[in-house]
Amino acid sequence: MTGKQRKFKVTKTIQGINDRIRSGDVVVVNAEEMIDIVKNEGAAEAARRIDVVTTGTFAPMCSSGAFINFGHGKPTIKASRVWLNNVPAYGGVAAVDCYLGATEPCEDDPLNKVWPGEFNYGGGHVIQDLLAGKKIHLRAEGYGTSCYPSRSLEKEVTLKGLPMATLCNPRNGYQNYNCAVNLSKKTIYTYMGTLKPGAANANYCSAGQLSPLFNDPLYRTIGLGTRIFLGGGQGFVTWHGTQHNPKAKRTEKGVPVSPAGTLWVMGDLKQMSPKWLMGVSIRGYGCSLAVGLGVPIPVLNEEIAAFTGISDEDLFTQVVDYSSDYPNGTGKTLGQVSYAQLKSGSIQLGKKTVPTVPLSSMVRAREIAEMLKQWIVKGRFFLGEPQAPLPG
Amino acid sequence: MYSKILILRFPNTEVEKPIVCYLVKDYDLTFNILNAAVLPRKEGVMVLELSGSRKNFREGVKYLKSHGIKVQNAGQEVRRNHNKCTHCGACTAVCPTGALVVQRPEMTVFFDQKKCSVCELCVPTCPTRAMEVRPTNSAFFE
Repeated sequence: MTGKQRKFKVTKTIQGINDRIRSGDVVVVNAEEMIDIVKNEGAAEAARRIDVVTTGTFAPMCSSGAFINFGHGKPTIKASRVWLNNVPAYGGVAAVDCYLGATEPCEDDPLNKVWPGEFNYGGGHVIQDLLAGKKIHLRAEGYGTSCYPSRSLEKEVTLKGLPMATLCNPRNGYQNYNCAVNLSKKTIYTYMGTLKPGAANANYCSAGQLSPLFNDPLYRTIGLGTRIFLGGGQGFVTWHGTQHNPKAKRTEKGVPVSPAGTLWVMGDLKQMSPKWLMGVSIRGYGCSLAVGLGVPIPVLNEEIAAFTGISDEDLFTQVVDYSSDYPNGTGKTLGQVSYAQLKSGSIQLGKKTVPTVPLSSMVRAREIAEMLKQWIVKGRFFLGEPQAPLPG
Repeated sequence: MYSKILILRFPNTEVEKPIVCYLVKDYDLTFNILNAAVLPRKEGVMVLELSGSRKNFREGVKYLKSHGIKVQNAGQEVRRNHNKCTHCGACTAVCPTGALVVQRPEMTVFFDQKKCSVCELCVPTCPTRAMEVRPTNSAFFE
């Protein structure tokens, strides 16, 4: 990218913006408010006036979970198999550490035996119950060693009583996602929701103009160490997420037109809230966790100001058939649509008008961007200085 | 025309008497029996849809109760739990009557209970289980 060599009319630093947060002079707007500011005042003036643009998204993000240390009892145990409210957690970490994945269903769940399954309780629900202060039944098995002789453990745990619980989501905040339709003759139940036959509905899942990575499409500011809103608390971007694909095709404004970048995020679960991490059940598909995520974007120069001024009209995605093309990995798309069209309520697919169905909550996304804005304005949230960029 | 689905519970003393036929004869009501059973201890349970004028309906229910029959409203409705709803919009994919719709430009999910046909498709579709089936208010019979 040539951006690094360019001379900007406005140049700011994260440190400088943090000083302004400290002094109370910081100017923060959310990514929707920024659209008109850039349109009316131009990118350079917007960069001069605005210090931070806040983004937000709230949707099911499957690649999520928590590392939980549940502490030793007497005698000690090397817990190799662990269940929380009968949801299996991965015990191959250390003696009393485990990883609870959001999509793990409860062990006696009938799954899709009666199709489409309901998936009423899984790892995501355990995380939400922990946050709600509920008692969780923990069961563990060990094979017994000299240092860890106990072979089984059962106890009630609460989030408050756990020595440590860390949310660790290997892939969140997908920069763009497919719009799903079903061209077959039967209703199908997918992670993109219920899809009626004959492309009777088109489901999509992105906050569009409020979505974090759509507002920093070339990863100029978001990197390892970026402090974020995560599940109602403060967390960090700790790596690029799994399946991070910066090479996706992009528009001339730099935004990808298909799934591209992702974020690996972490944070202290004990700071978080059950409103912003909600266990979800996706009919016929499985359990997951709806994650509230918000990333502040420091407006360091007019290029970043222009990026954050992006609106749904300039954001596009691909319509994909989930009855055949997606499961068979054909890579075929049925066409490109803008988020403005998707949010209007219907799209054109050939000659057919197809009603659209959102899966990502714009109401919650806006609330997150607004909360993050208030945190920064009130001096409760400082920007993290990225230590390394995301692969670009 | 007033119509409700009722659950009738007959004590064992009444189970062998002709009773519901008088709802037609004396109260000018019509009914459609949806289910009926005599239980091992000789109590009877009957689910029927009872229709007629509102006044006759009320008189008919009073008559049933005078025979020691317990009358419950079996009507159901779908309600939204506002604490659980995240306004994601997933339910709008399956709602056949347009009772659940996304309001634009705010993108909030609006639930118009008057349009709801109680098909219950939204119940397992809602990711956070915000849509709940509840018995309708039975205060009418109190």
